[in-house]
Amino acid sequence: MGRLTPWERILLARHPQRPTFLDFSVELFENFIELHGDRLFGDDPAIVAGVGTLEKESVVIIGQEKGKSVQEKMRRNFGMPNPEGYRKALRVMKIAEKFSLPVITFIDTSGAYPGIGAEERGQALAIAQNLKEMSVLKVPIIIVILSEGGSGGALGIGVGDYIMMLENAYYSVISPEGCASILFRDASKAPEAAEALKITSDDLLKFGLIDEIIPEPNEGAHQDFQGTVDNLRRSLITVLSKLRKKNLNVLLEERWQRLRSYGRFEEEK
Amino acid sequence: MFKDWLKKYDDDKKKVIDIPDGLWIKCPQCLQIIYSKDWNENFKVCIKCGYHDQLNAYERIELLIDEDTFEEFDKDITSVDILGFYDTKPYTQRLKEAQEATGLKDAIVTGKGQVNGIPIFIIVMDFRFIGGSMGSVVGEKVVRTVERAIKDRKPVLAVIASGGARMQEGLFSLFQMAKTSAAIARLSQSNIPYINILTNPSTAGVLASFGSLGDIIIAEPGALIGFTGPRVIEQTIKQKLPEGFQRSEFILEHGMIDMIVERKKLKSTLYLILNHLWRKEWED
Repeated sequence: MGRLTPWERILLARHPQRPTFLDFSVELFENFIELHGDRLFGDDPAIVAGVGTLEKESVVIIGQEKGKSVQEKMRRNFGMPNPEGYRKALRVMKIAEKFSLPVITFIDTSGAYPGIGAEERGQALAIAQNLKEMSVLKVPIIIVILSEGGSGGALGIGVGDYIMMLENAYYSVISPEGCASILFRDASKAPEAAEALKITSDDLLKFGLIDEIIPEPNEGAHQDFQGTVDNLRRSLITVLSKLRKKNLNVLLEERWQRLRSYGRFEEEK
Repeated sequence: MFKDWLKKYDDDKKKVIDIPDGLWIKCPQCLQIIYSKDWNENFKVCIKCGYHDQLNAYERIELLIDEDTFEEFDKDITSVDILGFYDTKPYTQRLKEAQEATGLKDAIVTGKGQVNGIPIFIIVMDFRFIGGSMGSVVGEKVVRTVERAIKDRKPVLAVIASGGARMQEGLFSLFQMAKTSAAIARLSQSNIPYINILTNPSTAGVLASFGSLGDIIIAEPGALIGFTGPRVIEQTIKQKLPEGFQRSEFILEHGMIDMIVERKKLKSTLYLILNHLWRKEWED
């Protein structure tokens, strides 16, 4: 798979047959019970939240879901969350904190929804709150980038202690199309933008911005779903048991140091 | 040939109509011609229609901070081209041009100073520098300022003027949102006031991180404030946006900010707020 261009990876990450969050969660977790609503405005079907068990231990699970059929895709707004989705996620994370349950989030979105209602209800403020609260949430948080890591909409449930990324997923500050139309002044230059933005799992691991790549055997997750699930399960169990053993203060200090370290610059002394 | 003639004709026309540099200013909103001395003395607010033009970082500091009290932090941190990024031009060239045009190292100035005698730490963004975009340098300077404020127990003010995260540093820029928000979380745990002033524009990655996490959020009149820019929303939903959408007045009406304050009253408002929240601490 190493020979795919960044743009080909993006096409794979968006492949219509690619498994989505609910496909994975059914395989990975038992006794799942979904929790709905942000208690403020509504329930956003683009983000699914709930509690389930992994290796007989309860964990809080939050994931972005795009849907499969046309109808379901529309219902789930193609996985583009509104503010109530981020606020539901935060509400359920607070439950995790209250009852000392680790959180696992699954990212698969082209971005937070750019709509009138989303702006009226404070899309930016909802995301900002999540970043702030997740940085100090008193339970371990694992993040899995499943397919599309679209900008702030992805990061809105993406702050924590450990970031895994499926081999063919991408994670970017802006969609390649958006970048192409702004910087290259031509949306059809998206493949070039994808190259320039360095958004593949290999690049991001090299930069130290993610911790682990989950290999997708045999031509990708849509061809060998079971193989991908097995790899993901193994890693989740390993990382979770490490994080569970950490003293809370150590966990939070390490999370802060990790966030603090992002960025590269020069400084004259 | 015709093109050449047309160009010359256009150039000649411009010469006649062009306003001599520096003497007069045409308000971008009401199109009135204003004597530039009046424009500047009114802190670049139109005396006819109240339009708030953008201020650069040092003009903003002059507006808000007592004379001779400002001390700048981390002046010499500069961006590096982490990704080897190029679009229509290389990122390194874009940085160099922005530095030459503004005299700044990056899109932010940080430091400490006083507001009518109250010591505060201040973060100011400058839109002229690659659209006030946040890359590694902006993130680092925000965090260092907040860390110092926690240590010194001083209130923090962040004045926003930004189009969002800086594309040219890729995911490093996106992660500055997490980094700065985490710093604000720590500031908040220390019970130190954090105040935002949102100016035109305050959007995307900066609004969706440290730009909107203030205990109190103030906006200047008529500023564009939102997550997604209006053009992208229009393209997505394929309909025209209502008049005033995402402007300060709309944002206030929807409960997202505490108040709109015109530029000449910003400093006194800030002083009043700091007095209410912080007098017990700073008088000690």
